[in-house]
Amino acid sequence: MGMHIAHIMASCMGGIRTSGDLVAWMQMTRKMRIHEAKAYVAEKLGVGIIDLTDEEIMRDIRKDLGIGTVTSIAGGPKGIRAKYRIADLLGINIRSVALFKSQMGFPG
Amino acid sequence: MSNDIVTRMGDGERVSLSAEEIREDIQAGTADAAQRGGIPELTAQEQEQLFDIIADPSRIVSVKPGEEVIVTDDGCTMSFYSGQDGGGVGAPLSRMQAVLTYERACGADTTSLGHSDYSYKPVKPIINFEANDYYNTSMMTTAPFFYGAQPNLGLYFQPDGPCPNAAELMPMGKIDEARRAQEEAAGHLTKDLVFVGSRLADVGLEGLNFDTSGSAGDADFMAALQAVAELKRRVPDLPILMGASGEFILGMHGEVEYAGTRLAGLYPQDQVRIIETAGADIAGVAINTATTESLPYNLARAVTFVKAASEASNIPVHANVGMGVCGIPMMEQPPIDSVTRVSKALVQLGKADGL
Repeated sequence: MGMHIAHIMASCMGGIRTSGDLVAWMQMTRKMRIHEAKAYVAEKLGVGIIDLTDEEIMRDIRKDLGIGTVTSIAGGPKGIRAKYRIADLLGINIRSVALFKSQMGFPG
Repeated sequence: MSNDIVTRMGDGERVSLSAEEIREDIQAGTADAAQRGGIPELTAQEQEQLFDIIADPSRIVSVKPGEEVIVTDDGCTMSFYSGQDGGGVGAPLSRMQAVLTYERACGADTTSLGHSDYSYKPVKPIINFEANDYYNTSMMTTAPFFYGAQPNLGLYFQPDGPCPNAAELMPMGKIDEARRAQEEAAGHLTKDLVFVGSRLADVGLEGLNFDTSGSAGDADFMAALQAVAELKRRVPDLPILMGASGEFILGMHGEVEYAGTRLAGLYPQDQVRIIETAGADIAGVAINTATTESLPYNLARAVTFVKAASEASNIPVHANVGMGVCGIPMMEQPPIDSVTRVSKALVQLGKADGL
């Protein structure tokens, strides 16, 4: 268990603390290598590559865009509601979001 | 006062080596990988960078800001609630609670769900339970949420499965019979992988992980490749991570091919190419750790192989960094001094896109 946390501390982007989830989506849905994926996400967010793992910068961006913050904010989007916005922001298909939209009668 | 540097053996034991001994082990490790894989050794500069990472006096090391990569996992969330057999810490959490804890408290880039057996075959009869848990949890997660398990061809041989046991046939000299048994088993395995993947895809599966592919040899690896291709045909938008189980594919069959390439004996730089050909989105590579060799030796080998694989690939390459692979010591709770050195070296020198 501690091994995973050690890897996260040593070299992980930080998940929803920063932008790790966003960069991971680009690897998964577009087969992007790490540098290409980071550049794509940075361009979409209007920040520099170095900012992608800066909690102080990414926290406000995530809160403003409604794509989920690591601390729980009552009423703030999280889970499928945040992923709905992430798919739109990155221009990608997230399969759970597509299912959710079909169930809610939202346009594809 | 000794100038020796504290490092680890491949089984986790703490040892003190001189700088000269560490440099010798790095040279020997990269030379061994290069010779086995037919790939370049690390340059003198890269070897010196690796020395600096290993010899860093800090207990924990890390990449520089801006160099971070994506960390996927192989059922890490199960380690919250499982026991010793799965490296688990036995905390009484539900599966969903474990996933959300990993996402939110640990800051993982991706999360995952898996069956306790962590093989696809046992999932088949309980697919509706797994689909239900996956669907409910996927409504709560924000980070990418995989479903993962091992193909594990071994479960298809008698007495656990329907096919004659290839490992029993081979010592009897029944090579043709053993090969037919593996081909039959591979057919069952591919069907099961496609079945589970398809059913989970119906409930919004965000990503599928074929973890430790090839653990039972080349027929195991072939079955996973065929399942990737078939799933991509049926569900083109399903992201698939296919990871290997060792630094070369064991030739338990010896003759099976995929897309005209014989699978037995493929090293990581060729494994990633064939995984890419099948249509997977992320390729995982695993380099064996020798328990009787030092961390400098094992890590130099791993970095050499991972660097070659990363250069050969057009899709993201994630280095498997669990217990006993890619330089991580082979023990239940690998020391974090060694874990973080492996992590840093594979990113900075191995050029991995993820771990």
